[in-house]
Amino acid sequence: MSTATPVTTPPLKAEKISTAGVAKKRLSSPWASIAAIVIAVLWTLPTFGLLVSSFRPEREIKTTGWWTFFSDPTTTFENYSKVFGEEGGVNLAAFFVNSLIICIPSVLIPMSIAALSAYAFAWIKFPGRNVLFLMIFALQIVPLQVTLIPLLKIFVSIDITGTFWTLWLSHATFALPLAIYLLHNFMREIPAGLIEAARVDGAGHVSIFFKVMLPLLTPALAAFGIFQFLWVWNDLLVALVFAGGGDEVAPITLQLANLSGTRGTAWHLLSAGAFVSIIVPVTVFLLLQRYFVRGLLAGSVKG
Amino acid sequence: MFGHTKSPRFRAALAGTLSAGLVFGLAACGGDDSDSGSDADASASAIDCAPYTKFGDIKGKTVTIYTGIVTPEDTPHIESYKPFETCTGATIKYEGDKSFETQVLVRARAGNPPDLAIVPQPGLVKQLVSTGKAVAAPQEVSDNVDKFWDKAWKAYTTIDGKFYGAPLGASVKSLVWYSPSEFKDKGYTVPTTLDELKALSDKIVADGGKPWCAGIASGDATGWPVTDWVEDFVLRTSSPETYDKWVNHEIPFNAPEISTAFDAVGGYLKNDAYVNGGLGDVKSIATTTFQDAGLKILEGQCSLHRQASFYAANFEKGTKVAEDGDVFAFYLPGKDASTKPVLGAGEFVVAFADRPEVKAFQTYLSSDVWANTKAKLSSGWVTANKGLDQANLTNPIDKLAGGILLDPNATFRFDGSDMMPAAVGSDAFWKQSTAWITGQDTKTTVDNIEKAWPK
Repeated sequence: MSTATPVTTPPLKAEKISTAGVAKKRLSSPWASIAAIVIAVLWTLPTFGLLVSSFRPEREIKTTGWWTFFSDPTTTFENYSKVFGEEGGVNLAAFFVNSLIICIPSVLIPMSIAALSAYAFAWIKFPGRNVLFLMIFALQIVPLQVTLIPLLKIFVSIDITGTFWTLWLSHATFALPLAIYLLHNFMREIPAGLIEAARVDGAGHVSIFFKVMLPLLTPALAAFGIFQFLWVWNDLLVALVFAGGGDEVAPITLQLANLSGTRGTAWHLLSAGAFVSIIVPVTVFLLLQRYFVRGLLAGSVKG
Repeated sequence: MFGHTKSPRFRAALAGTLSAGLVFGLAACGGDDSDSGSDADASASAIDCAPYTKFGDIKGKTVTIYTGIVTPEDTPHIESYKPFETCTGATIKYEGDKSFETQVLVRARAGNPPDLAIVPQPGLVKQLVSTGKAVAAPQEVSDNVDKFWDKAWKAYTTIDGKFYGAPLGASVKSLVWYSPSEFKDKGYTVPTTLDELKALSDKIVADGGKPWCAGIASGDATGWPVTDWVEDFVLRTSSPETYDKWVNHEIPFNAPEISTAFDAVGGYLKNDAYVNGGLGDVKSIATTTFQDAGLKILEGQCSLHRQASFYAANFEKGTKVAEDGDVFAFYLPGKDASTKPVLGAGEFVVAFADRPEVKAFQTYLSSDVWANTKAKLSSGWVTANKGLDQANLTNPIDKLAGGILLDPNATFRFDGSDMMPAAVGSDAFWKQSTAWITGQDTKTTVDNIEKAWPK
């Protein structure tokens, strides 16, 4: 405890330091920590400003910046009570349910289809497999904007406009190429011996898929599920085009966009509205964050 | 490392977000109940149902109406449909969407249009008609429009000889916002000619103030408030006839009359002595949002702000908008007290279906009955429907705007940028005007806009 730092651990023999070890050492150096903190602060600052803004009175929001809050703190819950439809106007709460109804099937449909087709592409040999996989992979290049009007025309012709089906189907369609690609790569990494062993034990494709693959796939499925959920929850464009049919099918993002009023005169409500709609994504993130990081690496590491 | 160990803090955060979600969910259910309970008092004003009986039995039918009018202006709209619903038993399904202007085209092209759309620009009506999905208005609507509107209004939506939509609401753009108390304290009077307006501005400068405040930032529509200024001054420095020629491109955009109008506007907006009250120098006009610019009147840092009647909604709750209140507006005067050009805008109801219930509802919307019902319910809304009883306009600014619109001596002209081709009216005119504010000279500006006009 005095002047010299006591050598508590004998210095490691320096011959064998793995690449991971080097990375760990470098990333946990004080400089790296400072950089990480600076980046974190910079990136959180706008959100923090938004949070502060959401508690300021209308006049203050409209005339001064959020940082003046610290020299002249006045708070109010009026913005929040307004986005929950007191004295008419928008009630965001009513659209929470819509957003959930849209999101859950929009995640489950592509997830189940993609898992099955990824299995087929990875472990069933059939003619044209590679060409077909390449085509699906290439579909990721197509921007979804070009499909909007043709897709809407199809929905009109099969008469499902104004229902949730348009949103479920379109979100599922847009998600499938990436989902199949991601899960396919994940499945290819599973050692072939495992599948052969299952086959020797008399398992067909169905039981291999459910008993061997699915348990191993959980992190990849969860990662994809989170991505898809956040994407669908925050989506505005697809909802704008396909949710035509009034308040029954409109998600919360659509109402958030309308919150500022016909001529944008109520824009001071946006910060409060943003924080209300953020609740679900934050919950999902907190619940599943460990899969999130693992999922970022899914498909990128090839053995 | 990543959440393998669920710390108490993590659980607390999770519990917090989950319970907040739950509260909102419950609030949602509560909200629905109270909505359905408030139906009764709206239909207090019963109407004569006779005009709608000839459309047959439309009980139980639904008409969808799609608009860009969202909260809070949508509530009086929905309420004003109640008498019709009570009369006929039909249901009106209202859908408000701020991206209406792009989405209505997408929906029309894809074959999924609403029954009725409230379209805020004649230019967009033309585009909708060109999709082939819009249907001409029925005879009853046409008759109503002949009866209740100035014939200029009917021309806006008559395309290739067919009449497509009745006007609905209107707004007056030729207004200047000011503070009545400031005017009273300092002995200013409301000007009645352009020269007086200039004299008033100079007087405020002499008193040590910056008379005008302006802001033209509006996202990707930045610059539109300048176009209103220019249109107003074309009407004043030239004539309504020149204005029509200009809008229809019978005279080029860089004609001398238009340059004169630009320079007249520049005399206010590009004059460092006049702007930008409480906000900065001339260039700050380009970076101030149009919503915020006029608020400086309340703080006494700015005396005059030219903006349409809808600007009333921008002042925070509790601000008294009246002739004896915190803030009010006066008519942007004509060249002399006898000429009264009025720049305005309005909405039109375009139909995409000709089922009997749709026709019946269109007829209702074009009637004087609806105009009066709506006027009673809303504030911050006027119409150019001559059947409107001015006594039904409740708040002072509506009374002022209604008075200007229905003044038989006034010459009404529709916002020109809404009628010009989109490449000019909602592109080059905006962008070049913004450049003009930030220092580009008038000649380059009008020449560039003229170049952008589709051949």
